[in-house]
Amino acid sequence: MTDLQMAARAEGYAPRRRASLGRLFHRSPTLGGYALLSPALMVMVLGMLVPFLILVAMSFWSRDGFDFDTTFTFLNYERAASEPIFGTFLARSFWVSGCATVATVLLCYPMAYYVAFHVHRNKMLWVILMTLPFWTSYLLRVFSWKVILGYEGVINSALLSAGLIAEPLEFLLYSQTAVIITLAHAWAAFAILPIYVSLEKIDRSLLEAAADLGDGPVRRFLRITLPLSMPGVISATFLIFIPTTGDYITPALLGGPDGAMIGNLIQLQFGPVNNWPMGAALSIVLMLWIAAVAAVFLFLARTYRERLA
Amino acid sequence: MSDVSYINRPSRALTVYAYAFLVVLYAPILFIPLFSFNDSIYVKFPLQGFTTRWFVELWQRDSVWAALGNSLRVGLSVAVVSTALGVLAARAIAGSRLPGQSAIVAFVMLPLVIPTIIFGVALLVLMSRMGVPLSLYTIFIGHLIVCLPFAIATLLPRFEGFDRSMEEASADLGENAWWTFWRVTFPIVAPGIVASLLLTFTISFDEFIMAFFLSGTEATLPMYIWSQLRFPREFPSVLALSTVILAVSFILVFAALRIGRLGLVRTGGDTHGA
Repeated sequence: MTDLQMAARAEGYAPRRRASLGRLFHRSPTLGGYALLSPALMVMVLGMLVPFLILVAMSFWSRDGFDFDTTFTFLNYERAASEPIFGTFLARSFWVSGCATVATVLLCYPMAYYVAFHVHRNKMLWVILMTLPFWTSYLLRVFSWKVILGYEGVINSALLSAGLIAEPLEFLLYSQTAVIITLAHAWAAFAILPIYVSLEKIDRSLLEAAADLGDGPVRRFLRITLPLSMPGVISATFLIFIPTTGDYITPALLGGPDGAMIGNLIQLQFGPVNNWPMGAALSIVLMLWIAAVAAVFLFLARTYRERLA
Repeated sequence: MSDVSYINRPSRALTVYAYAFLVVLYAPILFIPLFSFNDSIYVKFPLQGFTTRWFVELWQRDSVWAALGNSLRVGLSVAVVSTALGVLAARAIAGSRLPGQSAIVAFVMLPLVIPTIIFGVALLVLMSRMGVPLSLYTIFIGHLIVCLPFAIATLLPRFEGFDRSMEEASADLGENAWWTFWRVTFPIVAPGIVASLLLTFTISFDEFIMAFFLSGTEATLPMYIWSQLRFPREFPSVLALSTVILAVSFILVFAALRIGRLGLVRTGGDTHGA
């Protein structure tokens, strides 16, 4: 209400429009705030929301030679549900990225714990050290695992020249294991940061109180540290699980036929297979599954928290 | 600080684990520079001797220079535009409690939690429906979407940490909004801006998936690397190029994190959890 009045009054000062516009922003933080947000918001709407809506629309079309038949059809979704290849790839994507997520969180928790509780000087340096690799090219980090796990890669050639094996180990590259290892390594920072932040927030006096009341280190950890750090664990799980499910690079470089994931299938539809509506439908199916899994996970996390309280 | 209490007795096992973790974190990436100086076309042990010929060969390739030019052009534009938009947005978010603010922030941060491939194909579909030919401009738009959340997350702590009354004082003393920004707000948030520029540039410089779907005939450096991966013969020069990119990324990011005093870490819990 007052904002509207303010805006109306500002319109009145036509000759000194610039000055009054500035004053308007100072007096009306709400209007000014929206004005400042609008460019970023517009970019996101035009670059994210609009394309996404068109993607949804396209998923109900069908391919017609090199063009599209824009009559509404559920055909793509029917195919996605009925043809086993799509279900297989989707299930495998969730399995592989689920394994990678669990491995990453389990491996990173002690690391975050160490920095939060046992590093007293140069904490920031440790945090930078832990997150620095994450900022380098994702493609190169995945590529580096190809160098390591390859048929003539670092591990095989090192083991061979040490005389420990006679033949190169073939299971290293082009397998689900390779994809899981690489994903766990590449996404470590996404687990460390949220867990570290939630551990850092824990009030140390709670631990001292528990110790004074006779709890040993294990009980202190299980009853105080772990429950209070769960928010960090939950956001870490989300931050890794959701993006890795749709990952393209890692399975393409390291997965081989057994390790290919839904991202590769989507790319095929937009590339060699050239069935864009099918690719669009697969993208939507992936999004819906991710949303469903995330919702179930959130529900479980909330139930757990309520039981705790 | 009373951190060293009987609660947190130093644990040798945990310390060993932490250092081992760092080694495993860095080792894979360090094999790339190691083998890029190896005098053999095969990437395997034992090492064959030191050489810089892969770098020399790289230097003489026009296609690499062209790709570097493309990456620089896209990266610099993305850094400037996303940081400018990020400054405005961070100022608005930190400044006031707007109705619907948390929903807006969650919306803008979406690219952090949705597979990039979805945005990549969605933008590809939009461009083709509008008849826009794929070029460096379409890559720029894709990278802008990826970088904007990071710009905002880096800038937000700077804006949140500063005393709003200084802006009000400037306004009371008769400065208009524009000059208040330049003379009061900007100097305070400048480190955040530098950090945001460096980080968004690095992200764009390294980004592959968006470029993969949205590039036309002109390739960026990661696209160039991808195209060379098919040829085993080119492996050493890919390693050399990767070494250069890794070195540049490490330096830029290290500078950004020091300058920005780890803005991302401080908000990490909130922005990421959104």
